[in-house]
Amino acid sequence: MEGRRGLGYGVLLAGAWMVLSFLVAPMAVVVPVSLTDRRYLSFPQDGLSLQYYVNLATNDVWLGAIWQSVVVAIASTIGCVVLGTLCAVGCWRIGSRLAEGVRALMLMPIIVPSIVHALGFYRMWIDLRLLDTFTGVILVHVVTGFPYVVITVSTALATFDPRLEQAARNLGASMTQTLRLVIVPCIMPGILAGAVFAFVHSWDELVVLLFITSRKLYLLPRAIWAGINENVDPTIAAVATVLMLATLSGLLLERYLRRRAARGGRLATLVARDTRRRRRRPSDPRLIDALRTGGRGSRRRYRARSADDSGLAPAISWPGARVARAAISPRSHRPCRTPP
Amino acid sequence: MFYIYPLSRVMWISVSEPAFGLGNYALLFTSPAVQRILVTTARICAITSLLTLVLGYVVAYAMVHVGEGHRQWMLFCVLLTFWLSVLVRAFAWVMILRPEGPINAALLGLGLVTQPLALVRNETGVVIGMVHYMLPYAVLPLYANMQGIDRRLVAAARGLGATPFTAFRRVFLPLNMPGIVGAGLLVFVFSLGFYITPAILGGGRTTMIAEYIGIQVLTTLRWGLATMLASTLLITVFLMLAIMSRFVSLRRLFGAA
Repeated sequence: MEGRRGLGYGVLLAGAWMVLSFLVAPMAVVVPVSLTDRRYLSFPQDGLSLQYYVNLATNDVWLGAIWQSVVVAIASTIGCVVLGTLCAVGCWRIGSRLAEGVRALMLMPIIVPSIVHALGFYRMWIDLRLLDTFTGVILVHVVTGFPYVVITVSTALATFDPRLEQAARNLGASMTQTLRLVIVPCIMPGILAGAVFAFVHSWDELVVLLFITSRKLYLLPRAIWAGINENVDPTIAAVATVLMLATLSGLLLERYLRRRAARGGRLATLVARDTRRRRRRPSDPRLIDALRTGGRGSRRRYRARSADDSGLAPAISWPGARVARAAISPRSHRPCRTPP
Repeated sequence: MFYIYPLSRVMWISVSEPAFGLGNYALLFTSPAVQRILVTTARICAITSLLTLVLGYVVAYAMVHVGEGHRQWMLFCVLLTFWLSVLVRAFAWVMILRPEGPINAALLGLGLVTQPLALVRNETGVVIGMVHYMLPYAVLPLYANMQGIDRRLVAAARGLGATPFTAFRRVFLPLNMPGIVGAGLLVFVFSLGFYITPAILGGGRTTMIAEYIGIQVLTTLRWGLATMLASTLLITVFLMLAIMSRFVSLRRLFGAA
């Protein structure tokens, strides 16, 4: 297949890119509409105008909505991360059928259509007098968003060496210390990924909001919803453009960070291999050069890696993790004194 | 706790309001309005899943066959849509499809139509918007599944004299089946309970079940009917998942998405 790039391959590529442009193109329409010089939703006619961005930045309704959304999203992200991480670590520790059951249950808020739980929350919040309160909204977003954190953290834990935890406990760390100094630093990527999911979930959630908020709380999704239904004010196109740019830059940032990490990781591996062979500092002049110019990331990684070359875990430079890793690395087990 | 209780409340109300019993569920078979909603929902979901699957398959299939850099760009486009707010996307589609929008302007300008086509506030608009929303959910699992297929098998089939099409149909497609079924059902399940896009692009004329439930609760206050429909939706979704779990590991599917 690989070598033969005939007509079929061309058709396939063209088809794929047509679908992809179907995915991306709609967003391109929003930008010119947001720059219109007219007073209604339309394409610019006699020139571009930034008036709707100015309106967005000065209008109290929009600013209030954005502000409320930010508060709710941050609060519920924190809630999701704490609950989700504890839940995932707990399930991982128990590691039995019960934990499997809990994890399956965790998937429910993702699977169940949001309209169904919206009804349930609405009814329950009436009884608890939580309608139209920050607490009520944050609670809903935590309950429906923390499964994402559980999933990403569980994935991170799957590659975490359980002996690190045993070693830390063996060295006298309490459970809290182990969690704080060893486990959490090692599963940090999973926690961060989960936090992003939780934040976006809270930021973008509308269906439950339509039921449980009315006057006092007017979050961004509801403001956009109202704007679309009224279908007149071009400010909404400006909002849409800003949100699009935010998504775009978030993705580009993630891509950049991952590439840098991949580059640093490769360098660290090379350095570690070279150091192990010479049992000293890196000798290959090209490597030394790369280290000197390769940026802060790679040098820090190099130092962490050379502290012990047991090769058990990826290069992580948090102190707790290093102590724990040193405890199980074969070198430190070399008996200096024969035990009594 | 906070989750299970409200859900069971919904199920409970469906059999206890306005009168205790299965009276609400009888409406499923007697009320023409409810039946019309159910049929519309089923039809739109089926069309959406089918279209999404076909389009998503093309993208995923291309993604496993192109070079690394090219693939990164394709993935980037898919992820961009995946992360973008559903409201922003629905708004963009309203802008494009409305009678004064660029598509109708182009068609009128070319003289292909004499008056603007009705593309939005009807079923066409809903399907377009939903396919757009669901595509990433189809592409990502399909792509993950295709990556797991050993492509040397196809090469072997070709080496043994199969035409490209036969090799694809007899070797690649069967290996790909779990991914296709999984992605298809995933899209179908997600589109069943879809509220926002149908509400915006349907514009009140094409109503799907989720929007109908919303109207029942917020404006006509018929809790019994609404919760009955919600329970029916819930049960349907879980039935679908039960079928799905025979083909693919559910946790993998949702972990990937």
